Amino acid sequence: MTTRADTRGRDTLGRPPLVLVVPGAVAAALLVVPLVSLVLDTPWGSFLSLLRTQAVLDALRITALASAVTVLACLLLGTPLAWLLARVDFRGRALLRAAVAVPLVLPPVVAGVALVSALGRNGLVGSVLRDTTGVTLPYTTTAVVIAHTFVSMPFYVLSVEGALRASGERYDVVAATLGADRWTTFRRVTLPLAMPGVLAGSVLAWARSLGEFGATITFAGNYPGTTQTMPTLIYQELQSDPEVARTLSMILMVVSVAVLAALRNRWLTTP
Amino acid sequence: MKPKLTLPLALSLVGLVLPLAACGGGDGASGSSDRTITVLGAASLTGTFTDLAAQFEKDHPGVDVKLAFDSSATLAQQAVDGAPADVLATADTETMDSAKSALANAPQDFATNTMVLVTPKDDPAGISRFSDINRSGVTYVACVDTAPCGKVAAALMSDNKVTSKPASLEVDVKSVLAKVTSNEADAGFVYATDAVAAGDQVRTLSIPHATDEITTYPIAPLTQSKESGLAQQFVDLVLSDQGQQALQDAGFGKP
Repeated sequence: MTTRADTRGRDTLGRPPLVLVVPGAVAAALLVVPLVSLVLDTPWGSFLSLLRTQAVLDALRITALASAVTVLACLLLGTPLAWLLARVDFRGRALLRAAVAVPLVLPPVVAGVALVSALGRNGLVGSVLRDTTGVTLPYTTTAVVIAHTFVSMPFYVLSVEGALRASGERYDVVAATLGADRWTTFRRVTLPLAMPGVLAGSVLAWARSLGEFGATITFAGNYPGTTQTMPTLIYQELQSDPEVARTLSMILMVVSVAVLAALRNRWLTTP
Repeated sequence: MKPKLTLPLALSLVGLVLPLAACGGGDGASGSSDRTITVLGAASLTGTFTDLAAQFEKDHPGVDVKLAFDSSATLAQQAVDGAPADVLATADTETMDSAKSALANAPQDFATNTMVLVTPKDDPAGISRFSDINRSGVTYVACVDTAPCGKVAAALMSDNKVTSKPASLEVDVKSVLAKVTSNEADAGFVYATDAVAAGDQVRTLSIPHATDEITTYPIAPLTQSKESGLAQQFVDLVLSDQGQQALQDAGFGKP
Protein backbone atom coordinates (compact mmCIF):
# COMPACT_ATOMS: atom_id res chain seq x y z
CA MET A 1 0.00 0.00 0.00
CA THR A 2 2.99 2.32 0.39
CA THR A 3 3.13 4.87 -2.40
CA ARG A 4 6.22 6.68 -3.58
CA ALA A 5 5.05 9.94 -1.99
CA ASP A 6 4.81 8.15 1.38
CA THR A 7 8.37 6.85 1.25
CA ARG A 8 9.72 10.20 0.21
CA GLY A 9 7.83 11.87 3.06
CA ARG A 10 9.26 9.38 5.53
CA ASP A 11 12.84 10.13 4.44
CA THR A 12 12.34 13.85 4.87
CA LEU A 13 10.62 13.46 8.24
CA GLY A 14 13.52 11.54 9.76
CA ARG A 15 13.54 8.90 12.50
CA PRO A 16 10.54 8.62 14.80
CA PRO A 17 11.41 10.56 18.00
CA LEU A 18 12.00 8.54 21.18
CA VAL A 19 9.55 10.74 23.06
CA LEU A 20 6.80 9.10 20.97
CA VAL A 21 8.37 5.65 20.49
CA VAL A 22 8.95 4.90 24.20
CA PRO A 23 5.44 5.69 25.51
CA GLY A 24 4.00 3.95 22.47
CA ALA A 25 6.01 0.82 23.29
CA VAL A 26 4.90 0.99 26.94
CA ALA A 27 1.26 1.21 25.83
CA ALA A 28 1.71 -1.74 23.48
CA ALA A 29 3.38 -3.79 26.24
CA LEU A 30 0.56 -2.99 28.67
CA LEU A 31 -1.95 -4.29 26.16
CA VAL A 32 -0.04 -7.30 24.91
CA VAL A 33 1.74 -8.72 27.99
CA PRO A 34 -1.40 -9.70 29.96
CA LEU A 35 -2.87 -11.41 26.89
CA VAL A 36 0.35 -13.32 26.23
CA SER A 37 0.50 -14.37 29.91
CA LEU A 38 -3.08 -15.59 29.67
CA VAL A 39 -2.15 -17.71 26.65
CA LEU A 40 0.94 -19.07 28.45
CA ASP A 41 -1.03 -19.76 31.64
CA THR A 42 -3.80 -21.67 29.94
CA PRO A 43 -3.80 -25.39 30.70
CA TRP A 44 -4.16 -26.36 27.06
CA GLY A 45 -4.51 -30.05 27.95
CA SER A 46 -7.99 -29.47 29.33
CA PHE A 47 -8.96 -26.92 26.66
CA LEU A 48 -10.86 -29.23 24.34
CA SER A 49 -12.49 -31.35 27.03
CA LEU A 50 -13.70 -28.20 28.79
CA LEU A 51 -14.98 -26.80 25.51
CA ARG A 52 -17.28 -29.80 25.22
CA THR A 53 -18.94 -29.50 28.64
CA GLN A 54 -22.61 -28.59 28.71
CA ALA A 55 -22.09 -25.48 30.85
CA VAL A 56 -19.54 -24.02 28.42
CA LEU A 57 -21.60 -24.90 25.35
CA ASP A 58 -24.68 -23.29 26.96
CA ALA A 59 -22.76 -20.17 27.93
CA LEU A 60 -21.21 -19.89 24.46
CA ARG A 61 -24.63 -20.31 22.88
CA ILE A 62 -26.21 -17.59 25.05
CA THR A 63 -23.24 -15.28 24.48
CA ALA A 64 -23.34 -15.81 20.70
CA LEU A 65 -27.12 -15.39 20.59
CA ALA A 66 -27.16 -12.31 22.80
CA SER A 67 -24.35 -10.56 20.93
CA ALA A 68 -25.92 -11.34 17.53
CA VAL A 69 -29.36 -10.08 18.59
CA THR A 70 -27.70 -7.05 20.19
CA VAL A 71 -26.05 -6.10 16.89
CA LEU A 72 -29.37 -6.63 15.14
CA ALA A 73 -31.15 -4.41 17.65
CA CYS A 74 -28.47 -1.76 17.18
CA LEU A 75 -28.89 -1.88 13.40
CA LEU A 76 -32.69 -1.69 13.52
CA LEU A 77 -33.11 0.76 16.40
CA GLY A 78 -29.73 2.47 16.70
CA THR A 79 -29.41 3.50 13.05
CA PRO A 80 -32.64 5.54 13.07
CA LEU A 81 -31.63 7.11 16.38
CA ALA A 82 -28.22 8.07 14.99
CA TRP A 83 -29.91 9.51 11.92
CA LEU A 84 -32.32 11.56 14.06
CA LEU A 85 -29.42 12.90 16.10
CA ALA A 86 -27.35 13.75 13.03
CA ARG A 87 -29.96 15.03 10.60
CA VAL A 88 -33.09 16.27 12.35
CA ASP A 89 -33.18 19.50 14.30
CA PHE A 90 -35.46 19.10 17.28
CA ARG A 91 -35.71 20.55 20.75
CA GLY A 92 -33.62 18.72 23.30
CA ARG A 93 -31.38 17.11 20.70
CA ALA A 94 -28.21 18.00 22.61
CA LEU A 95 -29.74 16.63 25.80
CA LEU A 96 -30.77 13.39 24.10
CA ARG A 97 -27.30 12.97 22.62
CA ALA A 98 -25.81 13.37 26.09
CA ALA A 99 -28.30 10.86 27.51
CA VAL A 100 -27.40 8.35 24.79
CA ALA A 101 -23.75 8.62 25.77
CA VAL A 102 -24.34 8.11 29.50
CA PRO A 103 -24.32 4.27 29.45
CA LEU A 104 -20.75 4.56 28.09
CA VAL A 105 -19.50 5.98 31.37
CA LEU A 106 -21.92 4.16 33.67
CA PRO A 107 -20.41 1.27 35.63
CA PRO A 108 -22.16 -1.81 34.18
CA VAL A 109 -23.54 -2.81 37.57
CA VAL A 110 -25.22 0.58 37.81
CA ALA A 111 -26.63 -0.01 34.34
CA GLY A 112 -28.07 -3.25 35.72
CA VAL A 113 -29.61 -1.48 38.70
CA ALA A 114 -31.11 1.11 36.36
CA LEU A 115 -32.59 -1.66 34.21
CA VAL A 116 -34.07 -3.36 37.29
CA SER A 117 -35.69 -0.12 38.40
CA ALA A 118 -37.17 0.34 34.93
CA LEU A 119 -37.93 -3.20 33.77
CA GLY A 120 -37.79 -5.33 36.94
CA ARG A 121 -41.08 -6.86 37.97
CA ASN A 122 -41.69 -3.90 40.31
CA GLY A 123 -40.00 -1.40 38.00
CA LEU A 124 -41.52 1.67 36.43
CA VAL A 125 -42.28 -0.09 33.14
CA GLY A 126 -41.90 -3.66 34.39
CA SER A 127 -44.78 -3.47 36.86
CA VAL A 128 -47.13 -2.17 34.16
CA LEU A 129 -45.97 -4.93 31.84
CA ARG A 130 -46.55 -7.51 34.55
CA ASP A 131 -50.01 -6.22 35.45
CA THR A 132 -51.21 -6.01 31.86
CA THR A 133 -49.60 -9.05 30.24
CA GLY A 134 -48.24 -11.16 33.10
CA VAL A 135 -44.79 -11.03 31.51
CA THR A 136 -41.76 -10.53 33.75
CA LEU A 137 -38.39 -9.91 32.15
CA PRO A 138 -35.70 -10.70 34.78
CA TYR A 139 -34.18 -14.20 34.64
CA THR A 140 -34.95 -14.60 30.94
CA THR A 141 -32.70 -14.64 27.87
CA THR A 142 -34.66 -11.59 26.69
CA ALA A 143 -33.37 -9.76 29.76
CA VAL A 144 -29.81 -10.69 28.76
CA VAL A 145 -30.36 -9.22 25.30
CA ILE A 146 -31.91 -6.06 26.76
CA ALA A 147 -28.97 -5.59 29.14
CA HIS A 148 -26.47 -6.14 26.31
CA THR A 149 -28.31 -3.76 24.01
CA PHE A 150 -28.45 -1.11 26.72
CA VAL A 151 -24.70 -1.11 27.23
CA SER A 152 -23.75 -1.65 23.56
CA MET A 153 -26.09 0.71 21.74
CA PRO A 154 -24.24 3.94 22.69
CA PHE A 155 -21.09 2.68 20.96
CA TYR A 156 -23.10 1.98 17.84
CA VAL A 157 -25.11 5.20 17.84
CA LEU A 158 -22.10 7.46 18.41
CA SER A 159 -20.13 5.66 15.70
CA VAL A 160 -22.93 5.93 13.12
CA GLU A 161 -23.79 9.49 14.09
CA GLY A 162 -20.14 10.45 13.62
CA ALA A 163 -20.11 8.84 10.17
CA LEU A 164 -23.37 10.55 9.19
CA ARG A 165 -22.07 13.94 10.22
CA ALA A 166 -18.72 13.34 8.51
CA SER A 167 -20.35 12.49 5.19
CA GLY A 168 -22.38 15.68 5.44
CA GLU A 169 -25.82 16.63 4.19
CA ARG A 170 -24.80 17.78 0.69
CA TYR A 171 -25.49 14.43 -1.02
CA ASP A 172 -28.86 14.24 0.74
CA VAL A 173 -29.73 17.65 -0.64
CA VAL A 174 -28.65 16.66 -4.15
CA ALA A 175 -30.76 13.50 -3.95
CA ALA A 176 -33.72 15.56 -2.78
CA THR A 177 -33.40 18.04 -5.66
CA LEU A 178 -33.37 15.07 -8.03
CA GLY A 179 -36.75 14.08 -6.68
CA ALA A 180 -35.95 11.45 -4.05
CA ASP A 181 -38.11 11.51 -0.93
CA ARG A 182 -36.42 11.40 2.45
CA TRP A 183 -36.77 7.65 2.98
CA THR A 184 -35.34 6.91 -0.47
CA THR A 185 -32.50 9.34 0.22
CA PHE A 186 -31.78 7.60 3.50
CA ARG A 187 -31.76 4.17 1.88
CA ARG A 188 -29.90 4.97 -1.33
CA VAL A 189 -27.57 7.80 -0.33
CA THR A 190 -27.20 8.47 3.39
CA LEU A 191 -26.85 4.90 4.65
CA PRO A 192 -24.35 3.70 1.99
CA LEU A 193 -22.17 6.73 2.74
CA ALA A 194 -22.30 5.98 6.47
CA MET A 195 -21.53 2.28 5.97
CA PRO A 196 -18.01 2.40 7.47
CA GLY A 197 -19.53 3.88 10.64
CA VAL A 198 -22.28 1.26 10.64
CA LEU A 199 -19.74 -1.55 10.38
CA ALA A 200 -17.37 -0.08 12.94
CA GLY A 201 -20.28 0.55 15.29
CA SER A 202 -21.55 -3.00 14.84
CA VAL A 203 -18.15 -4.45 15.68
CA LEU A 204 -17.86 -2.20 18.75
CA ALA A 205 -21.35 -3.10 19.94
CA TRP A 206 -20.72 -6.78 19.32
CA ALA A 207 -17.45 -6.70 21.24
CA ARG A 208 -19.04 -4.82 24.12
CA SER A 209 -21.86 -7.37 24.25
CA LEU A 210 -19.43 -10.28 24.21
CA GLY A 211 -17.71 -9.04 27.36
CA GLU A 212 -20.82 -7.77 29.14
CA PHE A 213 -21.01 -8.94 32.73
CA GLY A 214 -22.17 -6.44 35.34
CA ALA A 215 -25.47 -5.31 33.85
CA THR A 216 -26.38 -8.85 32.84
CA ILE A 217 -25.82 -10.47 36.22
CA THR A 218 -27.61 -7.64 38.01
CA PHE A 219 -30.63 -7.48 35.74
CA ALA A 220 -30.94 -10.93 34.18
CA GLY A 221 -29.32 -13.10 36.84
CA ASN A 222 -27.19 -16.15 36.25
CA TYR A 223 -28.61 -19.54 35.34
CA PRO A 224 -27.02 -22.10 33.03
CA GLY A 225 -28.87 -22.39 29.75
CA THR A 226 -31.03 -19.29 30.10
CA THR A 227 -29.04 -16.32 31.34
CA GLN A 228 -25.50 -17.53 31.95
CA THR A 229 -23.08 -15.95 29.49
CA MET A 230 -19.36 -16.67 29.11
CA PRO A 231 -18.25 -13.73 31.30
CA THR A 232 -20.61 -14.76 34.15
CA LEU A 233 -19.44 -18.36 33.87
CA ILE A 234 -15.82 -17.17 33.99
CA TYR A 235 -16.49 -15.04 37.07
CA GLN A 236 -18.27 -17.92 38.77
CA GLU A 237 -15.46 -20.39 38.03
CA LEU A 238 -12.90 -17.88 39.26
CA GLN A 239 -14.37 -18.46 42.72
CA SER A 240 -13.84 -22.22 42.68
CA ASP A 241 -11.22 -23.09 40.07
CA PRO A 242 -9.03 -20.33 38.60
CA GLU A 243 -7.54 -22.84 36.13
CA VAL A 244 -10.95 -23.47 34.59
CA ALA A 245 -11.65 -19.73 34.57
CA ARG A 246 -8.41 -19.15 32.69
CA THR A 247 -9.26 -21.76 30.10
CA LEU A 248 -12.73 -20.31 29.68
CA SER A 249 -11.25 -16.84 29.20
CA MET A 250 -9.04 -18.34 26.53
CA ILE A 251 -12.04 -19.88 24.78
CA LEU A 252 -13.84 -16.53 24.77
CA MET A 253 -10.70 -14.80 23.52
CA VAL A 254 -10.10 -17.32 20.73
CA VAL A 255 -13.71 -17.10 19.58
CA SER A 256 -13.76 -13.30 19.59
CA VAL A 257 -10.39 -12.93 17.87
CA ALA A 258 -11.48 -15.44 15.22
CA VAL A 259 -14.71 -13.54 14.52
CA LEU A 260 -12.90 -10.19 14.49
CA ALA A 261 -10.28 -11.53 12.10
CA ALA A 262 -13.00 -12.85 9.81
CA LEU A 263 -14.82 -9.51 9.87
CA ARG A 264 -11.70 -7.42 9.55
CA ASN A 265 -11.04 -8.05 5.89
CA ARG A 266 -14.56 -7.10 4.87
CA TRP A 267 -14.66 -4.16 7.21
CA LEU A 268 -11.33 -2.66 6.14
CA THR A 269 -11.90 -3.11 2.41
CA THR A 270 -15.28 -1.38 2.49
CA PRO A 271 -15.01 2.28 1.45
CA MET B 1 -15.82 14.86 12.96
CA LYS B 2 -13.79 16.27 15.80
CA PRO B 3 -16.22 18.82 17.28
CA LYS B 4 -19.01 16.18 17.36
CA LEU B 5 -17.03 13.98 19.68
CA THR B 6 -16.51 16.72 22.24
CA LEU B 7 -19.64 16.02 24.25
CA PRO B 8 -19.21 12.27 24.75
CA LEU B 9 -15.54 12.91 25.44
CA ALA B 10 -16.32 15.54 28.03
CA LEU B 11 -18.85 13.21 29.64
CA SER B 12 -16.41 10.34 29.80
CA LEU B 13 -13.80 12.62 31.34
CA VAL B 14 -16.30 13.64 34.03
CA GLY B 15 -17.02 9.96 34.58
CA LEU B 16 -13.34 9.21 34.96
CA VAL B 17 -12.54 12.05 37.30
CA LEU B 18 -15.51 11.83 39.67
CA PRO B 19 -14.58 8.47 41.26
CA LEU B 20 -11.01 9.71 41.68
CA ALA B 21 -12.20 12.77 43.53
CA ALA B 22 -14.36 10.57 45.75
CA CYS B 23 -11.37 8.35 46.56
CA GLY B 24 -9.26 11.33 47.51
CA GLY B 25 -11.80 12.45 50.10
CA GLY B 26 -12.01 9.01 51.71
CA ASP B 27 -8.29 8.56 52.12
CA GLY B 28 -7.75 11.88 53.83
CA ALA B 29 -10.02 11.00 56.73
CA SER B 30 -7.98 8.02 57.94
CA GLY B 31 -4.51 9.27 57.12
CA SER B 32 -3.43 10.22 60.66
CA SER B 33 -2.80 6.71 62.08
CA ASP B 34 0.73 5.40 61.99
CA ARG B 35 0.04 1.65 62.31
CA THR B 36 -2.42 -0.21 60.15
CA ILE B 37 -3.71 -3.75 59.91
CA THR B 38 -5.87 -5.00 57.09
CA VAL B 39 -8.50 -7.65 57.72
CA LEU B 40 -9.95 -9.68 54.85
CA GLY B 41 -13.41 -10.86 55.86
CA ALA B 42 -16.14 -12.92 54.20
CA ALA B 43 -18.99 -10.69 53.04
CA SER B 44 -21.33 -12.05 55.74
CA LEU B 45 -19.00 -10.64 58.43
CA THR B 46 -19.40 -7.05 57.23
CA GLY B 47 -21.53 -5.75 60.13
CA THR B 48 -19.80 -7.60 62.99
CA PHE B 49 -16.25 -6.99 61.83
CA THR B 50 -16.95 -3.30 61.25
CA ASP B 51 -18.08 -3.03 64.89
CA LEU B 52 -15.17 -5.14 66.17
CA ALA B 53 -12.68 -3.09 64.16
CA ALA B 54 -14.01 0.10 65.77
CA GLN B 55 -13.63 -1.56 69.18
CA PHE B 56 -10.09 -2.65 68.30
CA GLU B 57 -9.15 0.90 67.22
CA LYS B 58 -10.54 2.22 70.51
CA ASP B 59 -8.48 -0.34 72.49
CA HIS B 60 -5.33 0.37 70.47
CA PRO B 61 -4.94 4.14 69.98
CA GLY B 62 -3.01 5.02 66.83
CA VAL B 63 -3.93 1.78 65.12
CA ASP B 64 -6.05 1.86 62.02
CA VAL B 65 -7.98 -1.29 61.01
CA LYS B 66 -8.74 -1.52 57.32
CA LEU B 67 -11.45 -3.95 56.30
CA ALA B 68 -11.99 -5.63 52.95
CA PHE B 69 -15.12 -7.72 52.45
CA ASP B 70 -15.63 -10.02 49.51
CA SER B 71 -16.49 -13.62 48.73
CA SER B 72 -14.32 -16.03 50.72
CA ALA B 73 -12.83 -17.57 47.60
CA THR B 74 -11.76 -14.20 46.24
CA LEU B 75 -10.17 -13.22 49.57
CA ALA B 76 -8.38 -16.57 49.95
CA GLN B 77 -6.98 -16.16 46.44
CA GLN B 78 -5.84 -12.62 47.25
CA ALA B 79 -4.15 -13.84 50.45
CA VAL B 80 -2.28 -16.53 48.52
CA ASP B 81 -1.29 -13.98 45.88
CA GLY B 82 0.36 -11.93 48.63
CA ALA B 83 -2.20 -9.16 49.09
CA PRO B 84 -0.93 -6.73 51.77
CA ALA B 85 -3.21 -7.99 54.55
CA ASP B 86 -2.82 -9.28 58.10
CA VAL B 87 -5.86 -11.40 58.94
CA LEU B 88 -8.11 -13.65 56.87
CA ALA B 89 -11.57 -14.78 57.98
CA THR B 90 -13.57 -16.96 55.58
CA ALA B 91 -17.12 -18.32 55.56
CA ASP B 92 -16.06 -21.95 55.29
CA THR B 93 -13.13 -24.19 56.16
CA GLU B 94 -12.60 -25.31 52.57
CA THR B 95 -11.63 -21.87 51.25
CA MET B 96 -9.45 -21.34 54.32
CA ASP B 97 -7.63 -24.57 53.45
CA SER B 98 -7.04 -23.25 49.93
CA ALA B 99 -5.12 -20.33 51.47
CA LYS B 100 -2.99 -22.63 53.64
CA SER B 101 0.30 -21.39 52.16
CA ALA B 102 -0.43 -17.83 53.36
CA LEU B 103 -1.47 -18.67 56.93
CA ALA B 104 0.92 -17.77 59.75
CA ASN B 105 -0.92 -19.92 62.32
CA ALA B 106 -3.44 -22.74 62.21
CA PRO B 107 -6.92 -21.30 61.58
CA GLN B 108 -9.33 -21.19 64.53
CA ASP B 109 -13.10 -21.61 64.20
CA PHE B 110 -14.91 -18.57 65.60
CA ALA B 111 -18.52 -18.78 64.43
CA THR B 112 -21.11 -20.86 62.63
CA ASN B 113 -23.94 -19.95 60.36
CA THR B 114 -27.06 -21.75 59.20
CA MET B 115 -29.09 -21.23 56.09
CA VAL B 116 -32.62 -19.85 56.12
CA LEU B 117 -35.20 -18.97 53.50
CA VAL B 118 -36.20 -15.32 53.25
CA THR B 119 -39.08 -13.75 51.35
CA PRO B 120 -39.85 -10.08 50.72
CA LYS B 121 -41.70 -8.44 53.60
CA ASP B 122 -45.10 -8.59 51.88
CA ASP B 123 -44.49 -12.16 50.67
CA PRO B 124 -45.83 -11.78 47.10
CA ALA B 125 -45.90 -15.54 46.41
CA GLY B 126 -47.58 -16.53 49.70
CA ILE B 127 -44.81 -18.78 51.00
CA SER B 128 -45.80 -20.20 54.40
CA ARG B 129 -43.34 -23.07 54.60
CA PHE B 130 -40.13 -24.16 52.89
CA SER B 131 -41.75 -26.68 50.53
CA ASP B 132 -43.78 -23.88 48.93
CA ILE B 133 -40.79 -23.04 46.74
CA ASN B 134 -41.73 -26.14 44.73
CA ARG B 135 -44.95 -24.49 43.59
CA SER B 136 -44.88 -23.40 39.97
CA GLY B 137 -44.66 -19.65 39.52
CA VAL B 138 -42.52 -19.16 42.61
CA THR B 139 -39.33 -17.34 41.64
CA TYR B 140 -36.50 -18.09 44.05
CA VAL B 141 -32.76 -17.51 43.94
CA ALA B 142 -29.72 -19.08 45.59
CA CYS B 143 -25.94 -18.80 45.36
CA VAL B 144 -24.10 -20.59 42.58
CA ASP B 145 -22.61 -23.85 43.85
CA THR B 146 -19.03 -22.68 43.34
CA ALA B 147 -19.61 -20.29 46.27
CA PRO B 148 -19.83 -21.66 49.84
CA CYS B 149 -23.40 -20.37 50.25
CA GLY B 150 -24.33 -22.21 47.06
CA LYS B 151 -22.84 -25.49 48.25
CA VAL B 152 -25.01 -25.35 51.39
CA ALA B 153 -28.11 -24.33 49.41
CA ALA B 154 -27.57 -27.17 46.93
CA ALA B 155 -27.14 -29.68 49.76
CA LEU B 156 -30.33 -28.44 51.43
CA MET B 157 -32.26 -28.60 48.17
CA SER B 158 -31.20 -32.19 47.76
CA ASP B 159 -31.88 -33.04 51.46
CA ASN B 160 -35.39 -31.64 51.06
CA LYS B 161 -35.92 -33.13 47.60
CA VAL B 162 -36.69 -29.75 46.02
CA THR B 163 -38.05 -30.36 42.53
CA SER B 164 -38.17 -26.80 41.15
CA LYS B 165 -35.17 -24.88 39.83
CA PRO B 166 -33.90 -21.51 41.04
CA ALA B 167 -34.47 -18.61 38.65
CA SER B 168 -30.91 -17.45 39.10
CA LEU B 169 -27.67 -18.57 40.73
CA GLU B 170 -26.08 -15.48 42.22
CA VAL B 171 -22.34 -15.18 42.75
CA ASP B 172 -22.64 -14.25 46.42
CA VAL B 173 -25.17 -14.23 49.22
CA LYS B 174 -25.54 -10.43 49.26
CA SER B 175 -26.79 -10.57 45.67
CA VAL B 176 -29.35 -13.20 46.72
CA LEU B 177 -30.52 -10.96 49.55
CA ALA B 178 -30.65 -7.94 47.23
CA LYS B 179 -32.88 -9.83 44.79
CA VAL B 180 -35.29 -10.57 47.66
CA THR B 181 -35.26 -7.15 49.34
CA SER B 182 -35.78 -5.45 45.96
CA ASN B 183 -38.74 -7.79 45.47
CA GLU B 184 -37.31 -9.24 42.26
CA ALA B 185 -37.50 -12.74 43.74
CA ASP B 186 -40.19 -14.42 45.85
CA ALA B 187 -37.66 -16.20 48.05
CA GLY B 188 -33.93 -16.66 48.52
CA PHE B 189 -31.47 -18.91 50.34
CA VAL B 190 -29.37 -16.75 52.67
CA TYR B 191 -27.52 -17.17 55.93
CA ALA B 192 -29.32 -16.55 59.21
CA THR B 193 -27.04 -13.56 59.73
CA ASP B 194 -28.11 -11.99 56.43
CA ALA B 195 -31.74 -12.34 57.50
CA VAL B 196 -30.92 -10.64 60.83
CA ALA B 197 -29.06 -7.85 59.01
CA ALA B 198 -31.96 -7.28 56.63
CA GLY B 199 -34.26 -6.75 59.62
CA ASP B 200 -37.92 -6.25 58.78
CA GLN B 201 -37.25 -5.97 55.05
CA VAL B 202 -37.62 -9.74 54.89
CA ARG B 203 -39.62 -12.59 56.42
CA THR B 204 -37.51 -15.50 57.62
CA LEU B 205 -38.47 -19.16 57.39
CA SER B 206 -36.41 -22.04 58.70
CA ILE B 207 -35.28 -24.74 56.30
CA PRO B 208 -35.71 -28.40 57.33
CA HIS B 209 -32.33 -30.16 57.88
CA ALA B 210 -30.54 -26.77 57.99
CA THR B 211 -28.72 -27.87 61.15
CA ASP B 212 -27.11 -30.71 59.15
CA GLU B 213 -25.46 -28.17 56.86
CA ILE B 214 -23.85 -25.73 59.27
CA THR B 215 -21.02 -23.60 57.92
CA THR B 216 -18.03 -22.93 60.12
CA TYR B 217 -16.06 -19.67 59.98
CA PRO B 218 -12.29 -19.92 60.55
CA ILE B 219 -9.89 -17.01 61.12
CA ALA B 220 -6.09 -16.87 60.87
CA PRO B 221 -3.25 -14.33 60.73
CA LEU B 222 -1.35 -14.16 57.44
CA THR B 223 2.35 -14.73 56.79
CA GLN B 224 2.71 -11.46 54.84
CA SER B 225 1.62 -9.45 57.90
CA LYS B 226 4.04 -6.70 58.94
CA GLU B 227 2.12 -6.32 62.23
CA SER B 228 1.88 -9.94 63.31
CA GLY B 229 1.36 -8.93 66.95
CA LEU B 230 -1.62 -6.74 66.13
CA ALA B 231 -2.93 -9.36 63.72
CA GLN B 232 -2.95 -11.98 66.49
CA GLN B 233 -4.61 -9.50 68.85
CA PHE B 234 -7.40 -8.94 66.36
CA VAL B 235 -7.89 -12.71 66.10
CA ASP B 236 -7.97 -12.86 69.91
CA LEU B 237 -10.62 -10.11 70.03
CA VAL B 238 -12.83 -12.07 67.64
CA LEU B 239 -12.44 -15.18 69.81
CA SER B 240 -12.96 -13.26 73.10
CA ASP B 241 -16.29 -13.13 74.97
CA GLN B 242 -16.83 -9.65 73.62
CA GLY B 243 -16.26 -10.76 70.05
CA GLN B 244 -18.43 -13.82 70.49
CA GLN B 245 -21.26 -11.70 71.91
CA ALA B 246 -21.10 -9.36 68.92
CA LEU B 247 -21.22 -12.34 66.56
CA GLN B 248 -24.20 -13.88 68.34
CA ASP B 249 -26.06 -10.56 68.26
CA ALA B 250 -25.63 -10.64 64.50
CA GLY B 251 -27.19 -14.11 64.26
CA PHE B 252 -24.07 -16.29 64.22
CA GLY B 253 -23.93 -19.55 66.16
CA LYS B 254 -21.18 -20.70 68.50
CA PRO B 255 -18.29 -22.62 66.92
